[in-house]
Amino acid sequence: MLKIKDLTVNIGTKEILKGLNLNVKAGEIHAIMGPNGAGKSTLSHVLSGKSGYEVTGGSVTYNGKDLLEMPAEIRAREGVFLAFQYPVEIAGVTNVYLLKAALNAIRKHKGLSEVDAMDFLTLVKSKTKALDMDEKFLYRAVNEGFSGGEKKRNEILQMAMLEPQLCILDETDSGLDIDALRIVADGVNALRSENRAFIMVTHYQRLLDYIKPDFVHVLADGKIVKSGGAELALELEEKGYGWLEQA
Amino acid sequence: MSANNDEINNLLNQDYKQGFITDIQADTFPVGLNEDVIAKLSKVKNEPEFMLEYRLKAFRHWQTMPSPDWAQLKIEPIDYQEISYYSAPKSKDNGPKSLDEIDPEILEAYKKLGIPLAEQEQLAGIAVDAVFDSVSVATTFKSKLHEVGVIFCPISEAIREHPELIKQYLSSVVPVGDNFFAALNSAVFTDGSFVYIPKGVRCPMELSTYFRINASNTGQFERTLIIADEGSYVSYLEGCSAPQRDENQLHAAVVELVTLKDAQIKYSTVQNWYPGDKEGKGGIYNFVTKRADCRGENSKVSWTQVETGSAITWKYPSCVLTGDNSVGEFYSVAVTNNLQQADTGTKMIHIGKNTTSTIISKGISAGRAQNTYRGLVKILKSAENARNYTQCDSLLVGDKCGAHTFPYVEVKQPTAQIEHEATTSKISEDQLFFCQQRGLSAEDAVSMIVNGFCKQVFKELPMEFAVEAQALLGLSLEGSVG
Repeated sequence: MLKIKDLTVNIGTKEILKGLNLNVKAGEIHAIMGPNGAGKSTLSHVLSGKSGYEVTGGSVTYNGKDLLEMPAEIRAREGVFLAFQYPVEIAGVTNVYLLKAALNAIRKHKGLSEVDAMDFLTLVKSKTKALDMDEKFLYRAVNEGFSGGEKKRNEILQMAMLEPQLCILDETDSGLDIDALRIVADGVNALRSENRAFIMVTHYQRLLDYIKPDFVHVLADGKIVKSGGAELALELEEKGYGWLEQA
Repeated sequence: MSANNDEINNLLNQDYKQGFITDIQADTFPVGLNEDVIAKLSKVKNEPEFMLEYRLKAFRHWQTMPSPDWAQLKIEPIDYQEISYYSAPKSKDNGPKSLDEIDPEILEAYKKLGIPLAEQEQLAGIAVDAVFDSVSVATTFKSKLHEVGVIFCPISEAIREHPELIKQYLSSVVPVGDNFFAALNSAVFTDGSFVYIPKGVRCPMELSTYFRINASNTGQFERTLIIADEGSYVSYLEGCSAPQRDENQLHAAVVELVTLKDAQIKYSTVQNWYPGDKEGKGGIYNFVTKRADCRGENSKVSWTQVETGSAITWKYPSCVLTGDNSVGEFYSVAVTNNLQQADTGTKMIHIGKNTTSTIISKGISAGRAQNTYRGLVKILKSAENARNYTQCDSLLVGDKCGAHTFPYVEVKQPTAQIEHEATTSKISEDQLFFCQQRGLSAEDAVSMIVNGFCKQVFKELPMEFAVEAQALLGLSLEGSVG
């Protein structure tokens, strides 16, 4: 589904990613771990199309297409979803309006008709319930006055509604207490399927107790320096990142 | 980073769509202003003697007044002798008797603006008075309104047909010498709408006036007077547009509202005068005095305005809360782009006991525009237990524009409760990226964010206007209001 080859990325004149390689197949969950400043967030942002990053070399292919050529909204409509580390607030725009606008933009891209209002309500209510969220959230302005945990749950709700193919979770566990973490993890686990892939970017091993990855990669100084199975995360938890960076 | 800002700018720089010129034959006075011109004007309009005296008194007063000077506005001096004070489409006699007599070009012009005047196409539930340059060309649904006793007609007709109401109420809210432009308007106003809602009547439809400036080198000086008698209710809508011209044109209107005991007026404006081009050439100077007197107890006036046009907007729809328990409301969205300047806000003067006022102002600045909120809340000694809530929010798009807030508060009564909140924010790159990452185009994202910002005001607009207002911001609608 996703092939990243020798990717190099600058912010300004500073090189952040220095030749990154990663292959992700449908149905797989990849965890990207690494110390602060290794380039984890840069990777999430470059894949999802945020401006401000200069790709200086390498390629990213998504379902056979050149991902880097696509504007951010086209990537989203093609099924790339980023769950933000810091979800933004939008005053006066209700959650339910955003969800409907986003869903319709994606449906239109796929050549489908706009979703029927009643069908939409039924769908959004069932997804809200599945995430243990109060329906009132739907009619509140996007993330306005939400707690950290509520914001992250809201991201998962959007993911559940938009049914993306490639989900990128950027430090989704940061700022979550243990109950919220479990709810978010349950939400993600419920979305696991053989046509869907996940890239989880995280600093801590904690999230991986709840969402079991197929692969764990260590990102350090702009490159993947070590890859392995779920057991690698435990080793990292024990030894820290230092031994890999020096290697 | 700047890519997103460029998209915002493209979106905001859509061309002015009402800029067409209608080619009709018109009777236009030569430029210049003196007592003879005023006498001629009064004669052309077949006015009774008392109106000429009123006009001359206003003119003489105006001549003694200095042209005002504003701290936040840059205005080229206006030469009042270079303006024509009357321009009317040529007609056989004193105004069209039926739609057949209206120049088809004019009907076509209103049709282009989305205001069909022909009976079979009229908008259901809205009666329209169409003012073209200096005269009212058509008023729809007149007879239907007459059945319930509502008078809705051009003010020039009211001066002839209902002089007793005119004598009683004209300038009873905005005195002739109130300010420079009000005095000028009183001397030379040509037409506008007159509304009288009798006791206990709830006006069965929305009333609306559409102002169109067409002729060049003319000013539009319209006058609107709305009287809601005891226990009555009316919702009134005002829309405006003008052709695209290189010179500045002056629009100096006066609007007076009077509510008697238990009466309510809801006054909504969507102002879309030509704003000038991107270099600031041309555009309408919109200097307007709008004031309501909540004269009776328990009466209420709501002003809702969406200001998108004009090179310069100078306007403070105000409420004088005379009656006990009366309520004044002001909801405003003011958008400025390129070199537009807006200095707008409201005045709430609390006189009666237990009077309350609410002010919600949303300013959006883009390009190099300057947007100023200027508001006064005044609580007099007599206004026991008066309350005011004010909220002023500014949204900046780009980094070359400005937003300014000048709230004035004068309280002479210790029981008053006053709240003021103000915020300034920018459409952030992060918000835009978030929306795009959910599949929305940058255009839809900006539209959604701006709509969200204006929502508190848009929800006060009547349905038809809310739609127009959103479309005016260059935005797609779909449900974000409501």
